[in-house]
Amino acid sequence: MSELAPASVRRLRSLAISDAGFVFDPRTGHSYSANATALCALDALKRDVPSSEIAALLRERFAADDVEVEHDLAEFIRALGEHGLVQSDPGGGSNGSGGN
Amino acid sequence: MSKPRYERPSLVRNVVGRMNKAGLRGGLTPTEAVETLPAERLVAEFGSPLFVFSETRLREHVRRAREALQRRHPDVRLCCSYKTNYLDAVCAIQHDEGSLAEVVSGMEYEKARRLGVPGEEIVFNGPMKTRDELVRAVRENAIVHTDSFDEIFAIEQIAQELGIRPAVGLRVGLDVGVYPRWDRFGFDLANGQAMQAARRIAKGGKLRLGGLHTHIGTYVLEAAAYGRAAAALSNFAGEIERQLGVRPTHLDLGGGWASCNTLAGQYQSGALAPPVETYAEAITTALLASGEGKSPLIRVLVEAGRALVDDAGTLLTSVVSTKRLADGRRAVVVDAGVNVLFTAWWYRLNITPARPVTGIVEDTVVFGPLCMNIDCLRESVQLPDLRPGDVLVVHPVGAYAFTQSMQFIRLRPAVVLLDTQGRAELIRRAETLDDLVGPELLPARLRRAVELADHGQENGNGPAAKNRLKR
Repeated sequence: MSELAPASVRRLRSLAISDAGFVFDPRTGHSYSANATALCALDALKRDVPSSEIAALLRERFAADDVEVEHDLAEFIRALGEHGLVQSDPGGGSNGSGGN
Repeated sequence: MSKPRYERPSLVRNVVGRMNKAGLRGGLTPTEAVETLPAERLVAEFGSPLFVFSETRLREHVRRAREALQRRHPDVRLCCSYKTNYLDAVCAIQHDEGSLAEVVSGMEYEKARRLGVPGEEIVFNGPMKTRDELVRAVRENAIVHTDSFDEIFAIEQIAQELGIRPAVGLRVGLDVGVYPRWDRFGFDLANGQAMQAARRIAKGGKLRLGGLHTHIGTYVLEAAAYGRAAAALSNFAGEIERQLGVRPTHLDLGGGWASCNTLAGQYQSGALAPPVETYAEAITTALLASGEGKSPLIRVLVEAGRALVDDAGTLLTSVVSTKRLADGRRAVVVDAGVNVLFTAWWYRLNITPARPVTGIVEDTVVFGPLCMNIDCLRESVQLPDLRPGDVLVVHPVGAYAFTQSMQFIRLRPAVVLLDTQGRAELIRRAETLDDLVGPELLPARLRRAVELADHGQENGNGPAAKNRLKR
């Protein structure tokens, strides 16, 4: 199970995402540009994959060297919250560490 | 098959209706090298941040301006504006190209003399010249442009004491339609002050009339304004000759030609500023069409600074950290701030990464390293996702950035010159703490606290501090 709330996973599943990185949110009409790693993470989040496994997936697919993928992923999920694409949790962080 | 390069996951909202005025951008082109030397290699060798000056580019700009003027007028001399950039190497290159020195203080005058410039090749401008500075300038036959009647009176007194009759010029205030009008300098032409000053010099019996100088503004994009200034100065020279029977020795059109930089509020890119040939054409056409079209022509001086020097300077700076601001904007903190780029407050400096980048380019705020909210190099610049240690290239920074840099919170960085063979030479080392505290004198009653602090910290600073205290 991902640490995201079920409502957040459903919200992500409602996005229209192209392979080229164009993301459309039919609920708000907003569109976004996502890079390759963001597409990979979004895909995993939609499938309810836990954060730790998503980080491993990113390391496996990309030449990440010694960069802090876990930290970047937490930032990314927080950014999704700022865009209103996942449920924000100011108390524990939107990556679910607060027990969403 | 190798894996694709990792980028921080990024989702950027697409915003419509805010297209760049130049249309859609096709991506961000990195600036990988300064001249032929990779920016990252320069930083690895000389440290970060790092000022880099191109001798080739500086010489090209000076030659182009000189040729543009001399093709159109037989007697024009360029002057190296010291305040624009008084690094020894930068001034020496311009002197090597035949430029006079244009200084606005005793310190700059001394700098020019140190570089071997004779007094008669130094133009001494500025609103403040001390008595000692004037004595030296007069003795060494410098080209002095007076700024006030008090200065004229002071030179008269000096001349009397020294038993000489030096040539003295005057700065003329003109209204040629440039806003803001600079009326704090010199003698106004329209209200008759300039003629009074000329009369005092020419007819006072203690001085000889030198040249007429004006400086209509800074970063003046309208080249035609220089034509109006040249015509006004030339006509004034003719009027002086008719009324006082003496002819000014030269007409100095000052500086203020726009560089390739872009002002913060400017719509058009600085790259579209008039070329030096346009300024040269405006000045010389006006001079030749005015009363000064007669032979022999009066010598013309031009003190263009930023238009010649700005493009030759680049600053390399490194990313310290990246963050998201409260409003979601991407921000980076770099190791060079307004302490070394004072010009960032009025220029929209170009900032590009020093390596090819992939991924999403976003509007980014670039902050400097100072613990001050005002330390911002760019409020918004398109940058990719950067990492600590990534090198950014800031350009152009040749004019005023170094001379206005300050030891505020951080010390000043090293300066490198790329010679015409493409070799990098250190022309100013990075400052150390001793450069900052060297002039300080600690009262004896406060020394104990420092000695105790030295005793308590075995970090190598102690002995240096004690040596200072022994002085």
